[in-house]
Amino acid sequence: MRGRPQLYTSYAADQALLNTGTKRLSFALFGVVLLCLPLGFIPGFRWAADADWMLVLAEVAILFIAALGLNLLTGLAGQVSLGHAFFMGVGAYVAAILGSPEGPLWGLGLPIWVWLPAAGLVAAAIGVLIAPTSFRVRGLYLAIVTLGLVFIGEHLFRNLDFITGGSQSGRTFPPLEFKFWKEETPFIDFATDGDWFGVELTGQAKTYYLMLGLALIAGLVAKNIQRTRAGRAFQSIRDRDIAAEITGVDEFRYKTIAFALSSFFAGVAGALFASFVGRTIPEAFGLPLSVEVIAIVLIGGAGVVSGMGMGAAFVIVMPLIVRTITEWLTQVAKTGEGVFQKIADVLVSTGTFDPGLVSASAGSGPGLNVFQLNQVLYGLLIVGFIIFEPLGLYGIWLRVRNYWKGWPFTY
Amino acid sequence: MSRLLEVDRIRLSFKGVRAIDGVSFHVDEGELFAIIGPNGAGKTSIFNCLNQVYRPQEGDIRWKGESIMGLKPNKTAELGIARTFQNIALFPHMTVIENILTGRHVRMKQGWLAGAIWLGPAKKEELENRFKVEDIVDFLEIEQWRKHPVGMLPYGVQKRVELGRALAMDPELLLLDEPVAGMNLEETEDMARFILDIQDELGVSMILVEHDMGLVMDIADRVMVLDFGRKIADGRPAEVQRNPDVIKAYLGEEFEPAD
Ligand SMILES: Nc1ncnc2c1ncn2[C@@H]1O[C@H](COP(=O)(O)OP(=O)(O)OP(=O)(O)O)[C@@H](O)[C@H]1O
Ligand SMILES: [Mg+2]
Repeated sequence: MRGRPQLYTSYAADQALLNTGTKRLSFALFGVVLLCLPLGFIPGFRWAADADWMLVLAEVAILFIAALGLNLLTGLAGQVSLGHAFFMGVGAYVAAILGSPEGPLWGLGLPIWVWLPAAGLVAAAIGVLIAPTSFRVRGLYLAIVTLGLVFIGEHLFRNLDFITGGSQSGRTFPPLEFKFWKEETPFIDFATDGDWFGVELTGQAKTYYLMLGLALIAGLVAKNIQRTRAGRAFQSIRDRDIAAEITGVDEFRYKTIAFALSSFFAGVAGALFASFVGRTIPEAFGLPLSVEVIAIVLIGGAGVVSGMGMGAAFVIVMPLIVRTITEWLTQVAKTGEGVFQKIADVLVSTGTFDPGLVSASAGSGPGLNVFQLNQVLYGLLIVGFIIFEPLGLYGIWLRVRNYWKGWPFTY
Repeated sequence: MSRLLEVDRIRLSFKGVRAIDGVSFHVDEGELFAIIGPNGAGKTSIFNCLNQVYRPQEGDIRWKGESIMGLKPNKTAELGIARTFQNIALFPHMTVIENILTGRHVRMKQGWLAGAIWLGPAKKEELENRFKVEDIVDFLEIEQWRKHPVGMLPYGVQKRVELGRALAMDPELLLLDEPVAGMNLEETEDMARFILDIQDELGVSMILVEHDMGLVMDIADRVMVLDFGRKIADGRPAEVQRNPDVIKAYLGEEFEPAD
């Protein structure tokens, strides 16, 4: 029974997060699928229970959190920032200092409930310090200033090797486990296999659940901010700053809040990311990471919370597809025959002396490696989406939805 | 009637251009005060001074007896000065409801943290203010556009939404910068009706900047005439119309006083 889905009998119902039956149903369905994924019994999605896929999805969740932060700052408040990776790095190293076991590098061995919020808070505090620049410089110039921030950050991280381990070896980050304090065995261990409530789970599945839960909380918080007073203040500054001020929005205050919140999300995501990867080098928090998050925001649809999920999934899964295709083409180029072999040979470089567009093994051959090709593709996609679909994947989804809503009356 | 706003010999120049040259006037509670003058006379600049977007180099602006010089623009909003713009300055990507709710910003209290967790008080405040916004939507007869991003709405509707956003601020003084510019007769009459209703029912004082002489002479309580940043006359509409300086400087030969 569809009834009249747009007829609300109270403004409270209208303002609810899931304000139509269809939204409620699809959200519930989506939630059940995500929850049951690791159990591997959902027809059509059994492959996703595979440990590797669990990790891929966990990473999607982490980047979703990072993108929510940038979306707040850029999508809502309109402040373009290339500095997101820097704040993620700050979060990661704060987590390392507080949470990593004591050893040659700084590490206090404190539990996750200390290091995770602290990672966000310290990043937020630095965000507050950076915020005033957005008052002095706007638009493209702010982008350049924040670009500088990434470079300064990377330089700092590289040289503070008693914290970061330096470029050669990097360092380890706190394990994904829940302890009350410094006891020997963690209360919950998210990284090793074991059973929860009688269900046998891999460590990867547990990691996935942890990230899924955190992503859900982050998504709710972001959505709530967006639909309440502060969220409107951000958007008013983005759309027309002087009119916003005359309407009573304190521009300085709300830009500062936007930077702080955005950096908080970045710090938390950075800490989770580092902890998830386990060991990483300072260069991981350089420009490419910022570009990746920007790609998520623009591909997903700036200003749209659910778009960040689509964008994150896209940006994480795309390289996997590119890699698979490249490997497959390499195979064809080496062992195939006929015209397909020729085409594949032109596209991929199979060795040091074989010319080609892309090469499956990093660092060898004249072609781009898969990582570089991905960067190029991000660039193209960002430009493409800005020009053709500013609402990103969310915009495409809207059009598909409206097409089916009107079906069969499609004009 | 008590004095709401007092502008005392303000002077504003931009690198040699005298935009406002020693202008004084006042607005009393409940009054509809009009400012007229040829293009470039300095009308919009006066509004920008009242909002403290521009800072006059000389003179004083007093709100209920206290100087507002040096306040941040958003503080003038808190005091109760609201405004619509000559060139519509809505938030184009936000819906009609969201735009008007943004007008409620100064009268709302909950911060981002309460909003983030959708706590009781934040939820309650959002809902209460939604009711206020709906009253305004009703009053301005823009129900059908509620959920539309305003950037895509027709010009006349946008003008109304902008008035709605200003009204949402619960203003004591409303600055209207050419509210009927570019409107047809019917839209102009609607707008005039809204303006009179705002004065009568809500008791809001207004400063009206408008080129449409018919409208100004019909609805204004008092009129001030500017030319090249200088005040050349003020008084009741009928007096101003008869003032020879005004006729010469502004109204020109074509103008025939209404009877
Ligand atoms: N920001 C500014 N910088 C430089 N000059 C300005 C600025 N704002 C206004 N002026 C100048 O001040 C003078 C008055 O402008 P203002 O916009 O106040 O006129 P107005 O009476 O509103 O005219 P109109 O009827 O065309 O809207 C003009 O000469 C204008 O060029
Ligand atoms: Mg003007």
